[in-house]
Amino acid sequence: MSETRVSPVAATLEHSIVGGKAAGMQGRYLKDNLAKWVVWIGGLGVIVALMLIFIYLLSEVAPLFRGAELKQRQEFALPGGQGKTLYFAAEEQGEVGMRLMDSGAVAFFDLYDGKERGQVQLPVGGQGIVSARELSAEAGSIGAQLADGSVLVFRHKYLVSYPNDKRVITPDVEYPFGETPLAFMSEGGHSLALREERGTLLMAAADAAGSVHLRAYEKQESLMGDVSFDVGSESVFAPAVAPDLLLIEPLLSWMYVIDREAGKIAFYKLDGANAPKLVHIYEAGAAIEDARYLAGGISIVVAQANGVVSQWFPARDKDGNTYLARVREFDLPGSKPVTAIGPEMRRRGFAVGDSEGHVALFYATAERMIEERKVLDGPVQFLSFNPRAQYLAVLGADGKLAGFDVHNEHPEVSLKALWGKIWYESYDEPKWLWQSSSASSDFEPKFSMTPLSIGTVKGAFYAMIFAIPLAVLGAIFTANFMSPEMRQVVKPSVEVLAALPSVILGFLAGLWLAPFVETNLPGVFLTLLLLPLSIPLFGYVWTRMPRSIRLRTPAGWEAAMLIPVIAFVVWFCFAIAKPLEAVAFGGNMQGWMDHTLGIGYDQRNALVVGIAMGIAVIPVIFSIAEDAIFSVPKQLSLGSLALGATPWQTLVGVVLPTASPGIFSAIMIGLGRAVGETMIVLMATGNTPVTDFSLFQGMRTFAANIAVEMPESEVGSTHFRLLFFAGLVLFLFTFVLNTLAEVVRQRLRKRYSNL
Amino acid sequence: MEKPAELQAANYDLVARDTKSVGAYVKSGAPYVWVTAAAISVAFIITVALLLLTAARGLPHFWPADLVQATYKEPGKEQQHLLAEIRSSEEVTTARLLNAGLPVDEKQPLYDRLLLKIANRDLGGVDFRYVLSDWLVERSQPKDATVLERMEWGNFHGFVVALKEGDKVVASGEEAWKGYQERQDRVNDLRGKVRDIEKGKIGAVNYDLERLRLQQRRLELDGKTPERNAADFAAIEAKRKSENEKYEVLRTELDQLNAEMGRDALVMKTVDGQEVTLPLSKLIQGYRPNDMGLFPKIGFFLGAIWHFVSEEPREANTEGGIFPAIFGTVMMVMIMSVIVTPFGILAALYLREYAKQGPLTQAIRIAVNNLAGVPSIVFGMFGLGFFVYFVGANIDKALYQEGLPSPTFGTPGILWASLTLALLTLPVVIVATEEGLARIPRSIREASLALGATKAETLWKVVLPMASPAMMTGLILAIARAAGEVAPLMLVGVVKLAPSLPLDGNVPFVHFERKFMHLGFHIYDVGFQSPNVEAARPLVYATAFLLVLVILLLNLSAIRIRNKLRERYKALEH
Repeated sequence: MSETRVSPVAATLEHSIVGGKAAGMQGRYLKDNLAKWVVWIGGLGVIVALMLIFIYLLSEVAPLFRGAELKQRQEFALPGGQGKTLYFAAEEQGEVGMRLMDSGAVAFFDLYDGKERGQVQLPVGGQGIVSARELSAEAGSIGAQLADGSVLVFRHKYLVSYPNDKRVITPDVEYPFGETPLAFMSEGGHSLALREERGTLLMAAADAAGSVHLRAYEKQESLMGDVSFDVGSESVFAPAVAPDLLLIEPLLSWMYVIDREAGKIAFYKLDGANAPKLVHIYEAGAAIEDARYLAGGISIVVAQANGVVSQWFPARDKDGNTYLARVREFDLPGSKPVTAIGPEMRRRGFAVGDSEGHVALFYATAERMIEERKVLDGPVQFLSFNPRAQYLAVLGADGKLAGFDVHNEHPEVSLKALWGKIWYESYDEPKWLWQSSSASSDFEPKFSMTPLSIGTVKGAFYAMIFAIPLAVLGAIFTANFMSPEMRQVVKPSVEVLAALPSVILGFLAGLWLAPFVETNLPGVFLTLLLLPLSIPLFGYVWTRMPRSIRLRTPAGWEAAMLIPVIAFVVWFCFAIAKPLEAVAFGGNMQGWMDHTLGIGYDQRNALVVGIAMGIAVIPVIFSIAEDAIFSVPKQLSLGSLALGATPWQTLVGVVLPTASPGIFSAIMIGLGRAVGETMIVLMATGNTPVTDFSLFQGMRTFAANIAVEMPESEVGSTHFRLLFFAGLVLFLFTFVLNTLAEVVRQRLRKRYSNL
Repeated sequence: MEKPAELQAANYDLVARDTKSVGAYVKSGAPYVWVTAAAISVAFIITVALLLLTAARGLPHFWPADLVQATYKEPGKEQQHLLAEIRSSEEVTTARLLNAGLPVDEKQPLYDRLLLKIANRDLGGVDFRYVLSDWLVERSQPKDATVLERMEWGNFHGFVVALKEGDKVVASGEEAWKGYQERQDRVNDLRGKVRDIEKGKIGAVNYDLERLRLQQRRLELDGKTPERNAADFAAIEAKRKSENEKYEVLRTELDQLNAEMGRDALVMKTVDGQEVTLPLSKLIQGYRPNDMGLFPKIGFFLGAIWHFVSEEPREANTEGGIFPAIFGTVMMVMIMSVIVTPFGILAALYLREYAKQGPLTQAIRIAVNNLAGVPSIVFGMFGLGFFVYFVGANIDKALYQEGLPSPTFGTPGILWASLTLALLTLPVVIVATEEGLARIPRSIREASLALGATKAETLWKVVLPMASPAMMTGLILAIARAAGEVAPLMLVGVVKLAPSLPLDGNVPFVHFERKFMHLGFHIYDVGFQSPNVEAARPLVYATAFLLVLVILLLNLSAIRIRNKLRERYKALEH
């Protein structure tokens, strides 16, 4: 496009000649000015629209990378009277706190002003509580071992009502296993641990002699609906290490016995309440201060005296044996001894406190420290989140409680979590995985962008492999050799292909091409192999044709001549493919590939996508490249031809070098289209986020992923924002490609006009 | 610039005359030229093949194909009688069949496999079946084989036995077939009335009731109470009562019609002798393909196409027509056109007529190119996040508070879809309009200015009228693009089945907030999310063919207009 515009002479004239400032002219000037502004706004609107998209995407993505915010509420001494605090918890809304004392009293209090909201005395029969541990933190059920060795399980619960549209929370206590303590040991022990799974309540505790007691209660429901709890099995065993801390896996498969001083973890396989089997003893590398389960009940985090928190979970080695894997470590700045761990209840996050009053927030899957700050002067004794993890209570050794409002929306995101290999729970090695949601709330979301990037690159790569040769070579012939009459037909028809909706291409690819390729795989390969070979051969045969025949066909009609040739070759390839398959591949090429080469085959695979998306991209590249080649000034090629170069030499030596920036920008724009194409990938692949480049496997691209997951993603969640992040990546990538292509094209235009 | 033909011929002669050896052939570069020629041929073949493929697969769906009665003798199994339509046939290697567990002869390398539509899904569970051609024997085409199109369970293949009115048999054999067709017409008339009442009248009553509910909620939100503003509430209550009465009347009428529809039934016999009674109220039409000549078949074919484009879908979109999808697409595209045209033209005017060459113009050009290049799904995300969740939610808060918490505009709908696509197609309009403006000779503008017109007047009276075909081109191309775009629509308002059209007889007639159906999404949804893909496939091909046809026509007309325009301007310049 040359920039022809109103000439400067006319531009100055346009005001001078009209009737000056005469009456009646003002309105016309006004209209003229108005029109100028309206048009100006319209022009600028385009930039505004693009900027708006960019800024909007950015605004949705930005919160992902914002850290956490801790805002302190008041600090107050724990209400409820004297006595040792054995357990502390905050309810769902972060309004009411609960404190369990060794006297058996449960005090509820307001977390804003520290005022007591009521006290409940547990039916402990006048004895003290020696040890307490949560049965399920999420459900609020807690087990307390009394001085006589029996165990009382209670649940703190909160009724929410809205009288006068104001939220009122009423705390209460209930006893899921009855008000009578369940008999367990003959005397009070320590390190109580208990879990319930499918009606079996398993408890474990250590006695003064260093033995571990296990006892299971089975829930029995009579026909009348009465519930009773019967002793199942029980055992006492001497653990391999001193039992300072016991942890039971929620599914009752594993138990950890932890020796604090020695820093050892003994990993046991549970078998009901029978004596468990020792798997192995692991060294933590330093004395252990505390160990807790993370949400989901698979990982444990171990606080070490050297300022390190380590995460462990059972994994399988190559032989299929289970071992306890030390998955990752988190360093607390300052390397002071870690004194308390407070896991979140619904995410894999946890807070850590050290001996000098520092509190740090971590997120396990992301291997990331989100926030760290000094909140107390003395050591941190106890850390507790409310179930929604918006409130963190920090209990100091002095019995004071410092409450914090936590604003920690997207802890799951870190550079490593998005792009690196992460060792996810229940996997045996670090992996790139995208698995954004599942039915279970204990699910650990897997947000690796790598499989999606690989899928995107893979799809675009195979599409470009298919499209570039066809489009660029086709453009070369059309612009350089084709007869003008034929060009007038061919160019628009190939460009009409660009208008073909991608949903149609995707649909044909998924429902027609994919099954076709599957049953005719040898034919497809044969075509890809034989077609390029047969064409030059035909060309040679053509040169040996009698001159009379050759001269009868006009120059520039080679392409038309080739149509029947190509049709014949393709037909031939598919006709001999089936018999060939029967002979060479035992009648089933996929089966043969799988057995002999070990290559798996998906029906909807990269080959199908490459062809379908290639077809979508061909007209884009073709049209721009053809324009670039066609507008190479004719004097250049004519000069070359006049000097005796063959048409091909002219093309390679003169035309292509001149037009190459145009071809480059054509390919860039084509690539942009291939990267962002949604429907074809959505329909022609299985949309599995795999990380291989196999031609015979599917993929999941950014664009398809957005289309699949966006409608069911929760607004404002990490998943939602990560989808926007994928959108932003697409936006920026295509922005760079398109801008590059446009700049190159503008330069090229200038160069042509200079020539 | 075109090369004179003699010159080109000379080029080729120069190469060819030299020598005829293979070496010289390669050295001349001719093989490469052939390869480039092949590339464009392949691209051309692909284009044509794609269009032919959709047509060839879509159109037979409407053709009343012959029914074949045959016996299927699979070795080692009981023989079965089939009355089926042969859908397709393909060659399969024996190894694959052995893999599938079929007792084929290993010596024969290839088998022909047929896909049969056996229908009668309610009896057999499946309506499609693969069989080997060699085992399908004793084929015949009985004249009285009947296909019944049903409301549920797909088609029925069988033979007419008798016609019943209530429990009484009124005709049997050939008589029953004749009687059936008259009675089917009657039932279809009744069904039209029922639909009119259900969709139209009861729909209107429901719509009014919902509006009354919202009015009442509005009153409550305004702080009015039934005690203090008794009149307002009483008025609403009175209206509600009259609507409910209207509903009761319609209900009775509907029950009557339904009872009348259920009067007749047809007794049919399947090919294996099972007798089935099919109430006419569950049937749509019946025909005997083997008994039809070419012209009745063509008539049926055209009728089927008409039903396809004018009726609503049935059975989870796998049967029936696609009218709501066509309607939704057209309406969305129209709203979009209204938005995109002025903006696109203004931007083009700015670039071509007002802007001075500089970084700003360059930035706008880059922006235009980027708008054209940004993946459409990103527009969808933007539309969902910005238009729906941000703009829509705020509109709801300001204007439609009575509807909350169920959103009015804060949920995907046709307005947001149109806006999103307007953004997406903006560059198309800009580029086409700009090209048109660029082709208008400068002399014409200068003449207008020289006569004393202001720039705005020149634009309005001279330039724009001349460029109007170019704008038309741009708009047509934008429509073609929007009609085929699916990815962003999936996020901003398209649904697989919309209960009501975005345009109806209820005030305010156009419902911008409603969700709608769309041809492109229909293809995706029915082709990939449908429970019975095999049954839906021909319908998807037919939909695809329609969409391709529309888009092709739009594009061809755009190209035609553009070419005419070019010639006109060429004439102007000389």
